[in-house]
Amino acid sequence: MAEIKSHIGTQNKKGQTYTDAWKMMHEAPRNPSFYTGSEVIKEALRRASCDVMIAYPITPQSEAAALIGELFAEGYIGDYFRGESEFAVMSQCAGAAFGGARVFTTTAGPGTMRAMENFPMWAGARLPIQMIVTCRGINSPLSIQPDTIEISYLLNTGMLVWHAETAQDFFDWILKGFMVSEEPEVHLPLALCCDGFFVTHTKDVVNLTPADMCLPPYDPYRSPVPCMDMECPPVRMMRDPFIMKSNYISYATHASWQQEIWAAIERSRKHTIKWINGLIDTENTDAEVVIVASGTAVSQGREAIRLLEDEGVRCGLVKVKSLRPWPGEEIREATKNAKHIFVPEFNVTGWLAKEIKATIPNSERVHAGPHVCGGMTMPPEIIVSEIKTALGLRSESLAGRGS
Amino acid sequence: MSKERIKISPDLYDIMPSDYQDLVQSATYGKEDRGWKDIGTSKELIEQHSLCAGCPESMAFRYILASLPNPEDTVMVGSTGCTSLVFPMVAVHNIHSLFGNQNAIASGLKRALSVRFPDRVKDVVVLAGDGATVDIGLDMTLQAWFRQEKFTTICFDNELYANTGGQESGLMQKGFVAKMAPVGKLFDKVRLPEIARESGCHYVVNCTVSKPSLVEKVIRNSVLIAREIGPTYIQLYTPCILEIGKNSMEGLQEMRDSEKPTERFAYKEYVSEPAKQFLAELAAKDKERKAAAKQLAGKA
Repeated sequence: MAEIKSHIGTQNKKGQTYTDAWKMMHEAPRNPSFYTGSEVIKEALRRASCDVMIAYPITPQSEAAALIGELFAEGYIGDYFRGESEFAVMSQCAGAAFGGARVFTTTAGPGTMRAMENFPMWAGARLPIQMIVTCRGINSPLSIQPDTIEISYLLNTGMLVWHAETAQDFFDWILKGFMVSEEPEVHLPLALCCDGFFVTHTKDVVNLTPADMCLPPYDPYRSPVPCMDMECPPVRMMRDPFIMKSNYISYATHASWQQEIWAAIERSRKHTIKWINGLIDTENTDAEVVIVASGTAVSQGREAIRLLEDEGVRCGLVKVKSLRPWPGEEIREATKNAKHIFVPEFNVTGWLAKEIKATIPNSERVHAGPHVCGGMTMPPEIIVSEIKTALGLRSESLAGRGS
Repeated sequence: MSKERIKISPDLYDIMPSDYQDLVQSATYGKEDRGWKDIGTSKELIEQHSLCAGCPESMAFRYILASLPNPEDTVMVGSTGCTSLVFPMVAVHNIHSLFGNQNAIASGLKRALSVRFPDRVKDVVVLAGDGATVDIGLDMTLQAWFRQEKFTTICFDNELYANTGGQESGLMQKGFVAKMAPVGKLFDKVRLPEIARESGCHYVVNCTVSKPSLVEKVIRNSVLIAREIGPTYIQLYTPCILEIGKNSMEGLQEMRDSEKPTERFAYKEYVSEPAKQFLAELAAKDKERKAAAKQLAGKA
């Protein structure tokens, strides 16, 4: 077995210093840099002590996946290759994680759907893989445009699911995500989602940690299940494999294993709160009108709030950062004063509004919308219009909406 | 892993399961020249199994596990099917994840082990049925070979989906009437050994498991070549006696009948030039070692 020791303070082959993750993320100086979201993913990975990254092209994550290839060529990643499909890539990621590696990958839209069978397997096998999801449409006719519908499919896989608003969130959460995922009492995969193009292809000022600092390496021997490397005794796992058995012990085993995964998500709550400073952010939640949103819909909500203030309407904001674990208690508390709750979303079904309705008392307060989808943008004006209409205030007609 | 690692604390010895005690006392981890002849005299790396009585797959499993050159540092990857009933009782680390993704799992696994243990040998061996290898998983089987991933792929070919009750598979013979082939299979048995050769495998063998010494040689070669040179593929006929209407004691004869020179499991082998050279070097070293031992014995 590899010797268990602290790597903190030692250097990797690129001369980066393994740094205590909390100090690196919270105390180290930050350097403002002007980057696209894809470049930010690369910069986070440079500092992530990642063992294996597996790539497959699909818009809009292709650029990030290719940039990480450059990192591999520079020597920052242990191994890197292009798989043959998202289903295969997610299985290759699983193989690498079974073998004790810190594993990272990226996908989007139809790729997420193609790979879907792997995600409950990742969670069930307790593999702390990190997957960036740069959301895009999954519908037919073919679309490559931003749309967050795929997140709804990830919510019941047993993965942790976070939804980043900005490139800064992205940079910080990639690194912090490994810390939460790899906690022995958590040890679950993380789907770190963002809205494709809006985050990946726009430039923003992002405060980066020093490039000569990196996360401590992953220690697979802190896993709650054995790492498949023949470094610990191989024991007969069971006398009769449960798969073929139709008896109570078999059912109870599978049931308790599923319950354990959801218990592990619950146990991730305190770590998530600690690392990303709460599952939600709030502003002015004493107002009667509150916008609850995740991803870039938060940014648009913030702009709408500014416009509404100009018209004398006070409106609060809840930014949902983590979807799994779900911030039920936090959202109940943040919306307890609200008479009207608006949930703007970049998808047609309004999955976030449904989750919120199932969480809070008096759910008729929730106005599910506005919704845009298929790549449409969400001008703050349509959020303003939705709110004013619901409040019975006169709203100017918006060109092109037929209203 | 050294055998030291499986030792039991003396205080706990008596409460450990007897199969674990046996593993510590007489398993063949780390034994040079281990092989099928150890069966019966030392602890096997397979503890019972829940396959049908007389299933040739169980013979194949035992021979393969007895023949792995480096079980103490070998990780196996399985898939869904009858093999997944056996793997939980196998004393090398093994992975079951999904149906058909075994070569993708093995690709990631082998690379992770290479990153983590750059100076040590860690063998990866895939063992899956024909449905997993040739039908649902064909894409990943071939792509691993195209990429020259350094692990062995073993296919237990029983020419149908046995575990789900005998449905048509790609490796089934043309004309065979089975579930989902109600008027007989309409196309030929897929020629995966030839495809393996064209896809970049360095060592390809198609045979039955009727002769343990042959299985031992083939498995040993395939693992060593995969370790040093590139992908290898072994297709073993392990008939499902249940689904072809045979009795428990008829599996061996079924294999013997199917390996006659004109039959579909007549021994076929392909060895690439680099693999030939590697095997020749191995043989030379072996000869040298034996000569030295003989000389030593003569002096004594």
